Amino acid sequence: MSSNSIAAPRSNSAQSPKYKRNKASHSSFEMIAWLFMRLSGVVLIVLIFGHLFVNLMVGEGIHAIDFGFVAGKWSDPFWQIWDLAMLWLAMLHGSNGVRTIINDYAERDGTRMTLKAVLYVASTVIIVLGTLVIFTFDPCPPGAVIDLPSFCTVP
Amino acid sequence: MSNIETAETAPEPASKVELPAHLGGGGEIPTFEVTLRVRRYDPEFSQESKWEDFTMTMYGTDRVLDALHKVKWEQDGSLSFRRSCAHGVCGSDAMRINGRNRLACKTLLKDLDTSKPILVEPIKGLPVEKDLIVDMEPFFQSFREVMPFLVNRDHAPTKERLQSAEERARFDDTTKCILCAACTSSCPVFWTDGQYFGPAAIVNAHRFIFDSRDDAGDMRLEILNDKEGVWRCRTTFNCTEACPRGIQVTQAIAEVKQAILSRQI
Repeated sequence: MSSNSIAAPRSNSAQSPKYKRNKASHSSFEMIAWLFMRLSGVVLIVLIFGHLFVNLMVGEGIHAIDFGFVAGKWSDPFWQIWDLAMLWLAMLHGSNGVRTIINDYAERDGTRMTLKAVLYVASTVIIVLGTLVIFTFDPCPPGAVIDLPSFCTVP
Repeated sequence: MSNIETAETAPEPASKVELPAHLGGGGEIPTFEVTLRVRRYDPEFSQESKWEDFTMTMYGTDRVLDALHKVKWEQDGSLSFRRSCAHGVCGSDAMRINGRNRLACKTLLKDLDTSKPILVEPIKGLPVEKDLIVDMEPFFQSFREVMPFLVNRDHAPTKERLQSAEERARFDDTTKCILCAACTSSCPVFWTDGQYFGPAAIVNAHRFIFDSRDDAGDMRLEILNDKEGVWRCRTTFNCTEACPRGIQVTQAIAEVKQAILSRQI
């Protein structure tokens, strides 16, 4: 090939750095995120409709829901795990969805970074807080004497 | 007999030679008034683009491309657009007609609502150079990145590389691409930052990934596993609807996704 090849007819040609794609990523993160969305979606359908059925249809249905009902459920490890799975999957599924929306719609890098930082902080706070509540929930805290549900044995 | 005469001698209204009426053998072709509302942009005069209306009498056999020709040849020679073969094969004249990406040479005026002005805009997501002409370089750059050519590491055979009819049928749909960019420029993900490879590049990768004679499928899958690759597809089906060749673009993208997944897991 001749060294003095003919210059490109337009300034916006392949030689222009303007159209360079961002550096290629050699990770499968996007693939795993895509797969996670599909799998967590299927699991969430079971978890959420199971949750709704047990809370709203079984027994007395919606009239049974009160503080005591929730306290009773969370004293059972089965429902602790169920609610934990629901919390984590729903939060990660939703956060990843919002992450893709931000990636699609934020036009400037700065906006994208800021929005994603807010999203990640918010998700982390809710996941940590929710997990703590599920495992450390105590309907009858020692020391409290007022507004305790009737099933608590007041010392 | 008279039918054949009609096909051969029917007046070509957009050409410069108007045939005399007595030459027409069959029934008269209906004519109607159309208004083209074209998005004009000329950076030598203004950085702002503006709409401009052109009204003309067209025939029932005319396409949007004929109307554009009529404008350029008879009303305003400065109107700029690309077209080469004018028969839906070269892929030069993809444009946004009434809000949908189509080829001007395959869109008959009679199929559009001629009671209102017909909106003609350049395809979206690519830098406009003048009027309906966009810079296709980002589009072709993505196309080049997926290595759209046969890679075979065997010794060159003395005759053609054979393939069964079933193997050929596997990627038949994606061989139809004419690189008009109607799909990529209809994709909302491509519109935002133009970093996404886009449907057309994935379709052309698909054409070789599923070709039994090709050896570089893994390399192409690796390229499209990028964060700007197939995983940015949101399956909105804009590309499938826009494709003037009827390629099932979204399905091709899904097949590439599956191929990447089954390779990695």
